[in-house]
Amino acid sequence: MIKTDILIIGAGPTGLFTVFEAGLLKLKCHLIDALPQPGGQCSEIYPKKPIYDIPGFPEVLAGDLVDNLMKQIEVFEPGFTLGERAETIEKQDDDTFIVTTNKGTKHQAPVVAIAGGLGSFEPRKPQLENITDFEDKGIEYIIRDPEIYRNKKVAIAGGGDSALDWSIYLADVADEVTLIHRRNEFRGALDSVEKVEELKKLGKINLITPAEVTSLQGNGQLEAITVKQKPDDKEIELELDHFIPLFGLSPKLGPIANWGLEIEKNAIKVDNTLDYQTNIPGIYAIGDVNTYPGKLKLILCGFHEATLMCQSAYKRIFPDKKYVMKYTTVSGVDGFDGSRKEAEKAVVKSIK
Amino acid sequence: MSDITIKIKDREGEIHEVQAPTDMAMNLMEIVRSYELAPEGTVGVCGGMAMCASCQCYVVSDHELPEMSYDEDLMLAEAFNVKDSSRLGCQIQMTEDLDGLEVELAPEV
Repeated sequence: MIKTDILIIGAGPTGLFTVFEAGLLKLKCHLIDALPQPGGQCSEIYPKKPIYDIPGFPEVLAGDLVDNLMKQIEVFEPGFTLGERAETIEKQDDDTFIVTTNKGTKHQAPVVAIAGGLGSFEPRKPQLENITDFEDKGIEYIIRDPEIYRNKKVAIAGGGDSALDWSIYLADVADEVTLIHRRNEFRGALDSVEKVEELKKLGKINLITPAEVTSLQGNGQLEAITVKQKPDDKEIELELDHFIPLFGLSPKLGPIANWGLEIEKNAIKVDNTLDYQTNIPGIYAIGDVNTYPGKLKLILCGFHEATLMCQSAYKRIFPDKKYVMKYTTVSGVDGFDGSRKEAEKAVVKSIK
Repeated sequence: MSDITIKIKDREGEIHEVQAPTDMAMNLMEIVRSYELAPEGTVGVCGGMAMCASCQCYVVSDHELPEMSYDEDLMLAEAFNVKDSSRLGCQIQMTEDLDGLEVELAPEV
């Protein structure tokens, strides 16, 4: 059982910044996210796109914003359960909550902050007959452990960054890598496209374009796929151990919708006059996942909501302790790792 | 700059005739969201970057639409339920010559 003060569901920008605000109040945080890396949409959908409305940053790449947030919260030593989706929540007699993931990992905390964005990202599955029969039996939609492909024959389908990047990575790990895409052009960073081209010339990546996977064969375990290549619809049968369709992810509110929370327009209703608490005391919802009159789904609004929510969480955990908000410039930042950041003291020197 | 009329068939098959402003730099995906013709979170997920295809629609009328950008073309190459008439709503800006445009929202995936 993982125990913490604030259990944050969703490791996007709002969830990450919550760790900082909680840390200033000496509250520990643990984050759960269905994606294998922190950053939410910023990392998964548009890491290389600029954002122009983060206060104080005239321009920042979404991926850089996540890196900066990770650096900012490092001293508060957040725990992470990544690649797992929060599935159930149970209220305990002592007013704490136990949240269990789809992999069975249990987390206990007196405060739960849902910072789940648009929901957990589910892979978009190509519409192939019997595809569900081979899930985890040769077909994976997300690469969690690249080692399982060592010395195997692997095919990847897709034309975006993840298809390109994983083809490059697996070219050194797998026995054989085939990349299949419906177009000759790829939609990824230029250096990734060039790298794939180079590996193709070296014979380390077998590229089939413009082409589409049309059927799957196997007996219990995936053994082969059929690829149809344009312009003459030539059919290629490819024997392999793994087929990895990487057609992006789409967010679904998922199991959180069944937690007894008030839902409106695919979002969780909260009290925006006070602390972004839901209809269940102790469960808060912040960032894109919540709704209230006038709600705007902006990262900067998520940061504000996280800050107010942490003050309320503190009062819930320590109802009798007196506390006033302090400026970091005045009080500095004391990390849980023993580090201390503070403003430099002014040097006083007499003038003779 | 005046409003234009757009006919949008939603995912349940219901047809909505809506007014779209042409002076607010709005695109078709945003029109769909502003009239709430599809539940929040099921359309315009990426915010309009041509990166998710949740606003895919089929163009029914024979309006001449702006040419597809590289981004849109390649996103549609990875989307599902794609037809020859498919476009991404977020890439179709509301302009006066699109008055009377008729589209159908592609299924949610």
